[in-house]
Amino acid sequence: MLIRHPADILPSEITDSAVYLERRRFLAQAGTLALAGALPAGLAHAAGQSLGPLIKSPLSIGESQTPYKAVTTYNNFYELGTDKEDPAQNTHRLKPAPWTLRIEGLVNKPQTIGIEQLLKLVPLEERIYRMRCVEGWSMVIPWVGIPLASLLKLADPQGSAKYVEFISHYDKATMTRGVLDWPYNEGLRLDEARNPLTILAVGLYGEVLPVQNGAPVRLVVPWKYGFKGAKSLVAIRLLEKQPSTAWMKAGPSEYGFYANVNPEVDHPRWSQATERRIGEFTKRKTLMFNGYADQVASMYSGMDLRRYF
Amino acid sequence: MTPSNSQLATIKTVLFALCLIPAFLLWRSFEMDSLGANPIEAITRNTGEWTLRFLLITLCVTPLRKYSGWHWVVRLRRMLGLFAFAYGAAHLSTYLWLDQFFDWQAIAKDILKRPFITVGFAALVLMTPLALTSSNFAIRKLGGRRWQSLHRAIYPIAMLGCIHFWWLVKKDVTEPLIYSVILAVLLGLRAWWRELERRKQLAGSYLQQPRFEGKVIKIFAK
Repeated sequence: MLIRHPADILPSEITDSAVYLERRRFLAQAGTLALAGALPAGLAHAAGQSLGPLIKSPLSIGESQTPYKAVTTYNNFYELGTDKEDPAQNTHRLKPAPWTLRIEGLVNKPQTIGIEQLLKLVPLEERIYRMRCVEGWSMVIPWVGIPLASLLKLADPQGSAKYVEFISHYDKATMTRGVLDWPYNEGLRLDEARNPLTILAVGLYGEVLPVQNGAPVRLVVPWKYGFKGAKSLVAIRLLEKQPSTAWMKAGPSEYGFYANVNPEVDHPRWSQATERRIGEFTKRKTLMFNGYADQVASMYSGMDLRRYF
Repeated sequence: MTPSNSQLATIKTVLFALCLIPAFLLWRSFEMDSLGANPIEAITRNTGEWTLRFLLITLCVTPLRKYSGWHWVVRLRRMLGLFAFAYGAAHLSTYLWLDQFFDWQAIAKDILKRPFITVGFAALVLMTPLALTSSNFAIRKLGGRRWQSLHRAIYPIAMLGCIHFWWLVKKDVTEPLIYSVILAVLLGLRAWWRELERRKQLAGSYLQQPRFEGKVIKIFAK
């Protein structure tokens, strides 16, 4: 019988993460250079590829980051399977390149943007955010992305636009059927969408976004539960009326439009007062608006957060 | 086919070892750090699923005995039931210790306020007297009839287990549905047997002497 013992030292103790990330970057760049001449641009956009120099953001937090492996193997991405390990194993079901994103609805300049254009729209920023799942666990993820506001500005929303709907890619032939009303969609109020914290993420840990995390482009709204961050976006639609979302349709009493992280408003079936930070042994207290109250609380002043959950 | 006492002892030993395999595999995954990003969730889920599986396996014993004619399998039933309890106790301990860290106030609130925890906890509480009366001594003390009616509590326990699983999943109920269907079949069989028995009694057939259809083989010649 083979009894394997766990390694005495962690890989991270041998190689400093800055060093190995640099190594990855070097390899990726070397790969890119080699491929650049041979391939059309769209095909070179693949997970693991470095996104180059990034702007550091004052909105990033200093808490220790959840390891890359956990961020990329513990995912809720039901289109690729409903168990946490499924999405990482089913990445072949989604082709992130070539890819286009439509901005439509109540805008003066509707757009269809290719992923390469999106990456060059404004300088990419690193945003190290907390991510709190409605299921009671959390991570700290170094996203790479652009403020959603900058993209909205490009499309020039009309005065009547009050809400923004986000629509994910869905392919009936390769993806999960049933469970939710596909395609997955989410929504924000226009002021929430324009909040400086709201980003469209195109990467994490300095690299192109892996498929299981919502490649090639996804929404990240750090003060709301993770399910608000619709993955693999194909359309952003400006609307006058509040859209209904995939989770609202699936469980109207359990998932509301706002879904702000709130330790005082429990999920009907479980408490939201605490959370398990992935990699930690004891639970933490969940923070109001996931710790982003200073930046977002004013948007909800006077609102009954129990009613608008 | 009826094994001798020593053969049965061997069968019991092998079965005991088999029942320990899930615990061993879980321990080994833990040692090898291959339980994924959220090991506590994985342990809770694994022990919970095995509790439910052992409850269903225990409920399979009587149908197996009835349809195969292997009456001796009933002598393995208590061990299977005790393993269901053991995995259930491990499941509860994981919740109390690793998940809640003995925060009794939070635990009490959870049990009262969260219906899925309420039913899960109720199932384990109901299993306790069954586990405690799983000795030969207890059977003698209670008497077969009373012991049996007490141990029929496994029916509602298994139902509570399925409800517990059903209510905790966020959306995809495929797995709890599979367990529930198996349980429905196992309990449906018992309801059907009861119905057959009722019909037989209504027909008055139980009053008749059973007819002997075998052939008498004389052992001694006079």
